[in-house]
Amino acid sequence: MSSPVLEVVDLQVELVTPAGVVRAVDGVSFTVGRGETVTLIGESGSGKSTTAMALLRLLPDDLAVISGHALLNGVDVVSDRRGVNRLRGRTVALIPQDPMTALNPIRTIGRQMVEAIRIRRPELSRADAARRAVSLLEQVHILDPERRLRAYPHELSGGMLQRVLIAMAISAEAELLVADEPTSALDVTVQAGILDLLLELQETTGVAMMLITHDLGVARLMSDRIHVMRAGRFVESADAEELVQHPQDPYTQQLLAAVPDLGQWDDPALAHPELAAAAAAAALAATHPELIPEASR
Amino acid sequence: MTTPLLDVRDLVVEYPTPNGSFRAVDGVSFSVARGDTLAVVGESGCGKSTIARTLVRLNKPTSGSMVFDGTDLGGLTEKQLRPHRHRIQMVFQDPYGSLDPHLTAQQIVAEPLRVRGGLSGRTVNARAADLIERVGLPRTALERKPVEFSGGQRQRIGIARALASEPDLLVCDEATSALDVSVQAQVLDLLAELQREQGLTYLFISHNLGVVRAIAQHTVVMRSGRIVESGPTDQVLSAPQQEYTQRLRRSALVPGTMQGRKPRAVVRAIALARRAENELLARGGTDQHAQAGPDSPVAAAPTPR
Repeated sequence: MSSPVLEVVDLQVELVTPAGVVRAVDGVSFTVGRGETVTLIGESGSGKSTTAMALLRLLPDDLAVISGHALLNGVDVVSDRRGVNRLRGRTVALIPQDPMTALNPIRTIGRQMVEAIRIRRPELSRADAARRAVSLLEQVHILDPERRLRAYPHELSGGMLQRVLIAMAISAEAELLVADEPTSALDVTVQAGILDLLLELQETTGVAMMLITHDLGVARLMSDRIHVMRAGRFVESADAEELVQHPQDPYTQQLLAAVPDLGQWDDPALAHPELAAAAAAAALAATHPELIPEASR
Repeated sequence: MTTPLLDVRDLVVEYPTPNGSFRAVDGVSFSVARGDTLAVVGESGCGKSTIARTLVRLNKPTSGSMVFDGTDLGGLTEKQLRPHRHRIQMVFQDPYGSLDPHLTAQQIVAEPLRVRGGLSGRTVNARAADLIERVGLPRTALERKPVEFSGGQRQRIGIARALASEPDLLVCDEATSALDVSVQAQVLDLLAELQREQGLTYLFISHNLGVVRAIAQHTVVMRSGRIVESGPTDQVLSAPQQEYTQRLRRSALVPGTMQGRKPRAVVRAIALARRAENELLARGGTDQHAQAGPDSPVAAAPTPR
C-alpha cells in the first residue's frame, strides 16, 4: 500500500487570544489517501477550519502554536516551517470559502491565472501560460474562456469565480486539495455544479481532497470518510455512508436530527441525470422562444 | 371563506440602474391567511428579499397592490402609513449586523415601545423583561450588549424587538440562514411556539427548502422575479411540477436519503441542467452574467413583454 498524501498525528493548535490561550485543536489524527475525500464536519468554533489553516501554515506564527505531526507528501509541515512554502500552490492547493474576496479585484482573471500557472511551471512564457489558462477554464466548464480571462473578478458570478479558483488549484497539479467550505457562500443549484465539478476532477486526476464543511448533506455526498469535530476533537470518525446511516455518538445523532427532512420524492433524474438537462433546456425555451435556433423552430 | 390578512396582487418592483430600470419583482400575486405561514423560496436575485422589503415599505412598489387587513399599503404616503407600520415587523438575516452594538438588549427591545409612546418607564422595562423571557432568554440578558451573545441568542433578541411592536405579520428574511443547524432548529421551534400562542402570521423568506417544510403551510417558489410554482408546502416538495422547482428540490442535499458511495447523480443532474441552460443562452447571444441577477440565467434572458 502506498503512503497517504496527508498523514496527521495528534495535531494540536493553541491560539493566543486577548482572553488567554485557547486550545482550538486538541489532538486530532487522520489520513487522506490518493483519490480520497476526507471531511471534517462541525459547527462554528469546532476547530475544523483552524485544523485546515494550521496544516497549510496559514495561521500567524506569533498567535498560533502548532504541535504534533502532519506529513504532507513526506514533509512534516509542523516542524518544517519553510518546507510548507514550497508545497503551497504546488503539492497542496486551497479552495477558499468566499470566492468573491479570494482574487485580487484590480487585476484581470487572466493575469492572476497566468501568475498561478507560472509558479508551477516557471519555464512557460506568458503566452503559453495564457493558452494553458484557456484550457483550464474549459476543464472547469466555463463558456467563452478567452473573454473571461480579460474580465475582472467583479464581472463574474460567485459560482464562476469558484470555478476560476478551482482551475487555479488544478494548475498547481496538486496532490491534495484543501477545500474550506467551498460552496457555503453559493446558491444551492450553483453549489451542486461546483460539487459535481470537484467530483469530476477527482475522477479524472485522482487528487486527494480534504473538505471542511458544516453541511452534512455536502459531507455525505463528497466524502469517503467523515470526522465529526466538536471543541477541537473528533467525536466520531466513520465511513460517510455508515456515519449517516448509523451514527454512534450522541452529538452526531443530534446534528443529523437537526437537518430538516424534505419528505418523499421519487426524483426521475437520479436514474437518468441527462433527462434533467433536456427538461431544463425545454423549460427555458418555453419561456424564451427567441432562444430556439431558427432551423428547429 | 375568511379574507386573508395579506393579499398581494400583480406586484411589480423596479430598481433604477444606470442602464434603465431593473424589474426585481415581475407581477407576483399571493395571499397569507391570518395565523398561517407562507414561505417564499428561491435563490439570490429571484426577488424574494425585495418582496420582504417592499412589504415593510423599505421599497416602494412600482405597481400592483399589497392589501393588508383591508388597506392597500402600496398607495399610502409615509404619514398615512405610520399607524400601520407597527403591525408588520421584520426579522433580519444577519444577527451581527441587525443589532446596534452600542445598545444593551434592554435598550434594543424597549426602543419600539418608547417610539410608540404613551408608556411609563416602569411599564416599558416590565414589557422588555417579559419579551426577553418570551424568546427564551433570562432577564439578566437585558443588561448585556450584542457582542456578548451568540448568533442564536442575537436572533432571539431580534425577534423580541419585532414582537415589542405587537405585530400581526412578521416578515422573516432568511432569519435562520446564518445559524448553525442545531441553533437553527431551536429558533424555528421558538417561531412555531410564538405563532401558536399569539396567532402571529409569518411571511418566511428562505432559500432552504428543509427549513420551509418545518415552518410553512404554503410555499411559493420564485425565479427571476416571478412565481414558478406555488401550493401547500408538502405538495410542492413531494410532487414538484416545474423543472426549476425540481432542480431546487434536488439541490437540497439531505444526507439520509442519499444512496451509495459518493452518490454522483444527485449533483450531476443539476450541473447538466445548468450547463444546458447556459449553452442555450450563449447560442441565443445572451450573456448570462452581464445583467443583474448574476446566478440566474433566465433573469438575463431578454424578457418578452
